[in-house]
Amino acid sequence: MGNTLIEKIIMKNTGLKDVAPGQIVTVRPDRVMIHDIFIPFVAEKFEEMGFTKLDDPDKVVLIYDHLVPASLVEDIRHFKIGDAFAEKYGLTHVHRSDGICHQLMTEQGYAKPGNIVFGTDSHTTTYGCVGCFSTGIGYTEMASILGTGELWVRVPETIKVELEGALPDNVMAKDVILTLLGDLHSDGATYKALEFTGSGVDAMSVSSRMTISNMAVEAGAKCCLFRPDEKTCEYSKVSMEDVAWLKADPDASYERTVHYDAKDIKPVLAAPSRVDNIHKVSELEGTPIDQVFIGSCTNGRLEDLAAAAKIMGGKKVAVRTIVTPASRDIYKAALKAGYLETLSKAGCIITQPGCGLCCGRAGGILADGEKVLATNNRNFLGRMGSSKVEIFLGSPKTAACSAISGRITMP
Amino acid sequence: MEQFTGKVWVLGDDIDTDIIIPTEYLALPTVEDMKPYGFSPLRPELAGQIRKGDILVAGKNFGCGSSREQAPEIIKALGIRCVIAKSYARIFFRNSINNGLLLIENSQVQEDVKEGDSIIVKVGESISLNGKDYPIQPLPGNLMEILEAGGLVAAMQKRNGIRRA
Repeated sequence: MGNTLIEKIIMKNTGLKDVAPGQIVTVRPDRVMIHDIFIPFVAEKFEEMGFTKLDDPDKVVLIYDHLVPASLVEDIRHFKIGDAFAEKYGLTHVHRSDGICHQLMTEQGYAKPGNIVFGTDSHTTTYGCVGCFSTGIGYTEMASILGTGELWVRVPETIKVELEGALPDNVMAKDVILTLLGDLHSDGATYKALEFTGSGVDAMSVSSRMTISNMAVEAGAKCCLFRPDEKTCEYSKVSMEDVAWLKADPDASYERTVHYDAKDIKPVLAAPSRVDNIHKVSELEGTPIDQVFIGSCTNGRLEDLAAAAKIMGGKKVAVRTIVTPASRDIYKAALKAGYLETLSKAGCIITQPGCGLCCGRAGGILADGEKVLATNNRNFLGRMGSSKVEIFLGSPKTAACSAISGRITMP
Repeated sequence: MEQFTGKVWVLGDDIDTDIIIPTEYLALPTVEDMKPYGFSPLRPELAGQIRKGDILVAGKNFGCGSSREQAPEIIKALGIRCVIAKSYARIFFRNSINNGLLLIENSQVQEDVKEGDSIIVKVGESISLNGKDYPIQPLPGNLMEILEAGGLVAAMQKRNGIRRA
């Protein structure tokens, strides 16, 4: 019996000749990522556990993003504790204002094809876009990895998702993952790996794949893997020979296969307040909204900003519209390409890269009874301000068209 | 076999970690400071009503959403003795075990239980409600070891020789 992609990565890491779903194994992660919200707790637990040094400081990446720039005076405490921890234990990979952790981990080359990476944020599944087994853990487990260099994992079952053909022009990767969430539901992949294949996936940019792997956790998935191709190798600066081993066997065993014809996928929205409450944009068209949000680690990349700029060029937004690039590099590239100027002229508020609005802490939070169409990854109660805000999740194209009309609008 | 009885609070499906503790309170210095806001988006009064030894019964996918470990910590700090749900999200499941919060997976008891009922839990064996028994599966051995140590911090302290086994 052959092995799936996740099994191959676990076998490579552990040196085991075969692994099977349900088996509990100990892996040694290639990298770990800690973000600002949880660094005080990681630092406290690490010392409480009795550790005095890191297993390998080079494997640790510390990123400030949820609280950047600070919106409460208490937030500074997190930066001070992070800086002190970095100094005391010799961390060299520290990003204090370079962007959202999940963008930086692949963009800056910390998470590579075939790696195993754990992070303190649930959207750590994102790095599966380059064929990296990455998943979120809590701060206590992070503290134990910092000291021991290892973690137990249960080898997951794999659900194969096939996407064949070309997506319609008004449909983006966001619509693909939202459609899948509607079909699998919010717990349909709990403890499991997703493995995406097919010509529809081959045609996608690494950025689009990132949108999908980012939201895989919304179906409960442990990880979401894409087999690396030439685009991946160029992005991750590795060679095709390096990743030749990173493929599922033809006789690998899948729990099930879900198949989509790309041409049948429609622009969709996750309506309040569940990520799997999926409706066609056409069904909700005309619903008045108070705000639009384009950005985040789900949809704040150059192609997303380009799509929004193309729609908004020469027009004016009808509602408050916040744009948040996912990283400083993307911000600079969007500036150079003229997208930020176009969006600014259309009346958008362009913020620094960071997590503020998506996690409801700063930068455009909403009040009771308001509706927002947002491109980020969660529409839970209270996620973007008051617990009486209604959040609709959609693609950058749907968001941009709706920003111009002030109502939910077909892209 | 360890056995205990607790008064039940009933919640629905997909109770996410933003409901258990919203992000806006996560930068408060301690879990004790955050505790009053537990479950506030859904039931603002609940945190004040829960008493030590109570039991939370919920539907499927309990603890879905963010990785925030304050979620199980707050549930434990509120005095909840254990959670009985149809299923759990994976990060929440790991975080709970690592913090010594007992989780029980059971899909039947939700249909029969009412808020305020008393449930008897025989750990690793069964749940009893109104004279009816519901069998439960024991946890894998490596997880029981962490739970029995009192959580992952204690387990690591033993490993590092600063706590006696």
